[in-house]
Amino acid sequence: MILKAIIEALELRVVAGAKHTDVEVTGGYTADLLSCAMAGAAAGNLWITLQSHLNVVAVASLNELAGVIVTEGRPIAAETADKAEEEGVVLLQTRLTSYEVAGRLWALGVQ
Amino acid sequence: MPSHQVFKAQELVYELKIGDIMTRRLISVTPEATMREVKQVLRDQRISGLLVMRGEQLVGIVSIEDLIRSLENDDLDAPASRYMSTMIHTIGEQESAVRAVKAFAQAAVGRLPVMDEGGRLVGILTPGDITRGVLKALERAYYEEEIRRYRVRHVFEDISSDRTSLILRYDVAVRDFNRAGRASSQLKQTLVRLGVDPRAVRRVAVVSYEAEMNIVIHSSSGGYLVAEITPELIAILAHDSGPGIDDVRAAMEPGWSTAPDWIREMGFGAGMGLVNIKATADEMYLDSWPRQGTKLEAVIYLKPKEGTTVDDPEGNH
Repeated sequence: MILKAIIEALELRVVAGAKHTDVEVTGGYTADLLSCAMAGAAAGNLWITLQSHLNVVAVASLNELAGVIVTEGRPIAAETADKAEEEGVVLLQTRLTSYEVAGRLWALGVQ
Repeated sequence: MPSHQVFKAQELVYELKIGDIMTRRLISVTPEATMREVKQVLRDQRISGLLVMRGEQLVGIVSIEDLIRSLENDDLDAPASRYMSTMIHTIGEQESAVRAVKAFAQAAVGRLPVMDEGGRLVGILTPGDITRGVLKALERAYYEEEIRRYRVRHVFEDISSDRTSLILRYDVAVRDFNRAGRASSQLKQTLVRLGVDPRAVRRVAVVSYEAEMNIVIHSSSGGYLVAEITPELIAILAHDSGPGIDDVRAAMEPGWSTAPDWIREMGFGAGMGLVNIKATADEMYLDSWPRQGTKLEAVIYLKPKEGTTVDDPEGNH
């Protein structure tokens, strides 16, 4: 499924990387531990997390993730958004919980 | 077209000058030429519009749409001046192609006469010229990038020695979470450039990121990361000068960590770093003593070691 369609379906707020939403999402991964995301998320995955600090961008970029969904409306600092924009990382935000996001993605066929 | 090429095309639309992509061959008729003659020129030249010139002076543009109107009126003997449009939108030779894209969208015209700085007519531009210009420039950019990649990939072949390796060193500052991950990112980019297999690049990224974060989180005064790249393997060395690990065996247990709470809240310090490195690398050595530094070395083979068989080609250990 194309990331842009997921953003519309889940009404996600695009915080950074709006130019890079035309990519195929290969799956998803949920974790708030960066080491887990580093080891467990594969290229093209969407990473669902409560973390919203600067280092999330580095993990997403190193892993070539399709994007990061920051859940429960956690605030995202301007410097994180700037860094994501610079690195071409798609940073998304939602009020939903990680559990709900994962459930909806699964129902959409992102498995 | 992959999305990064779409962005490249968008960039090029800003970079390209009208003068680089316009058609310089000007095809014109006089205002007195009949629409029948216009029809003939359009057909012969396989074009969809013509300039109407009185001497050096541009007085109008006559297009296929105008020709159709004259045909509907059964008026092919009328002069071009009766059907041409005199509302002429022009564009400057030095302007960026993006101006033309906007002009075509706003003015609903099919062609724009191009003027030089002195106001002289020097060419004509159609939307097709923009597409062709961008495609040509994309092709050029792609070709230049390929040559660069080719040169980097063959760097090892051009050097004569018994053993050649490329050594990259990155300094890592302690507790600098704003720059954390920089060394790993730069190393990864370099490996991609060198044409290293993407699966190996990913493994190196996991190892270098964890090693880098360990220095950021745990060292007393920072340290450095060294990557030694050979055609056969990539070795990553992470050194810091303290405080050292009290119990190396415990440190290798999943979940064991000495990180303070504020670092754990960021999602670090979960005691998975060394475990990840060990699981990802082909070999790992950890040497650390309390009050002395920590030396970590991890090796990732790019080719199977002699005498061993690779039973997991995916690189997932």
